[in-house]
Amino acid sequence: MNALSVRNVSYSFGVRTALDDVSFDLETGRFAALLGPNGAGKSTLFALLTRLLVTRHGQIYVAGFDVRANPRAALARIGVVFQQPTLDLDMTVARNLSYFAALQGLSGRAAQASIDAALDRLDMRERAGEVVRALNGGHRRRMEIARALVHGPEVLLLDEPTVGLDTASRRAITAHVHDLAGDGLTVLWATHLVDEIRPGDDVIVLHRGRVLAHRPAREIARSGDLGDAFITMTGEEGVQ
Amino acid sequence: MTAYLVALRAIVLREMLRFVHQRSRFLSALVRPLVWLVIFAAGFRAALGVSIIPPYQTYITYEVYIVPGLCGMIQLFNGMQSSLSLVYDQEMGSMRLLLTSRLPRAWLLFCKLLAGTAVSILQVYVFLALAAAFGITMPPLGYLYVFPALVLSGLMLGALGLLISSTIRQLENFAGVMNFVIFPMFFMSSALYPLWKMAESSPLLRDICALNPFTHAVELIRFALYESVNLWALVWVAVAFAVFLIGALIGYDPARGLIRR
Repeated sequence: MNALSVRNVSYSFGVRTALDDVSFDLETGRFAALLGPNGAGKSTLFALLTRLLVTRHGQIYVAGFDVRANPRAALARIGVVFQQPTLDLDMTVARNLSYFAALQGLSGRAAQASIDAALDRLDMRERAGEVVRALNGGHRRRMEIARALVHGPEVLLLDEPTVGLDTASRRAITAHVHDLAGDGLTVLWATHLVDEIRPGDDVIVLHRGRVLAHRPAREIARSGDLGDAFITMTGEEGVQ
Repeated sequence: MTAYLVALRAIVLREMLRFVHQRSRFLSALVRPLVWLVIFAAGFRAALGVSIIPPYQTYITYEVYIVPGLCGMIQLFNGMQSSLSLVYDQEMGSMRLLLTSRLPRAWLLFCKLLAGTAVSILQVYVFLALAAAFGITMPPLGYLYVFPALVLSGLMLGALGLLISSTIRQLENFAGVMNFVIFPMFFMSSALYPLWKMAESSPLLRDICALNPFTHAVELIRFALYESVNLWALVWVAVAFAVFLIGALIGYDPARGLIRR
């Protein structure tokens, strides 16, 4: 069974088509980069995957559960890191995570155990008592990733999670999330930065709402550079 | 404790903490009604005579008359503010967190409303204590009876705010909401003057005031503070709450595609 399955999904905002017949499957434990220039439809796809939007055109299955027919089962298996930070700056890391756990209906010792485990996975345990406002951008992001793991999801969605971070933080986060995929989590990582993608990763190229390719990065790059291959494919300069 | 109550407790606690952390909001929420009570009411005391109307048993001064209206004003501001913070306070992010939870969306939105109402009730009681310090007191049991009235009126005004935040995207600053929602609702109500007084100057305005759900919220609070129930107001507020809540739930229905980014 595929961890994530998107079938013939289309979506439009009025007359503007944001997604046009998008289909792809992700196997369990894969790191897949959703690569596309700004405005390609990445955020719209994420909104559909997390049910902030729903469409009548096409189906989305998370671990076999149809997002439209069985939203609560599907959402329970998704962890999401949105592009815009969603943090309570005046609260500690631990409080932010326990608030999120409570939103998922988790409390007490079980919640605490999964919060500790999630912080450990991102090397953030020692910062649990710090107020978020005092953290740098990279650590804030890592906290958001840890938070997305608290309820034990099978699929992790990240919408351009490294925007605005310095190179070192960007590298650290990219490495951390690749490790998560190595542990069996399925990852969908939206980006327009090709240096975040490793040769073995899946790459889904999204351009103007359509999937142009879905292959391992090394096949798309062939002998050359992934960025060049992408620009040739889309005819756009929006990728670094 | 069930998953639903865990979420409720967390959302209410978070809203309370946020309110206490935002000192300027806390202070202005207290100062605003006090300015009305101490300055505005003192000035109007001479101009406006309020005769004996239910629930009052005797002649009252103007300050006494407007206390329930100011309780309503606190809740009106709070309801609009907590929903508007969704739009301009980076709170849409936290709303997303709420909406992508595996618990039912309607329950989580209701928790959010209840949390905002809890914050507003806290403010109302602090205001009533300050009013008492200025010598404006209610019957002792009134302070108890007003609690359920405040819960209902707070939910109704919060649901209105949620409905506005989900439908009217142009109202992205507080000034717009002040001009087009808060001021009309507040001035076209029985908060500052009884309806019969309004009828003397314009029967049409009086009728508009009588339709305004905020009028009924104020009357519900006023009667409760004097240990009685205004059934008609109770029904009006309950119906308005149901209508606004259903509207807000439709507004936050993902099929309508509201939260775009």
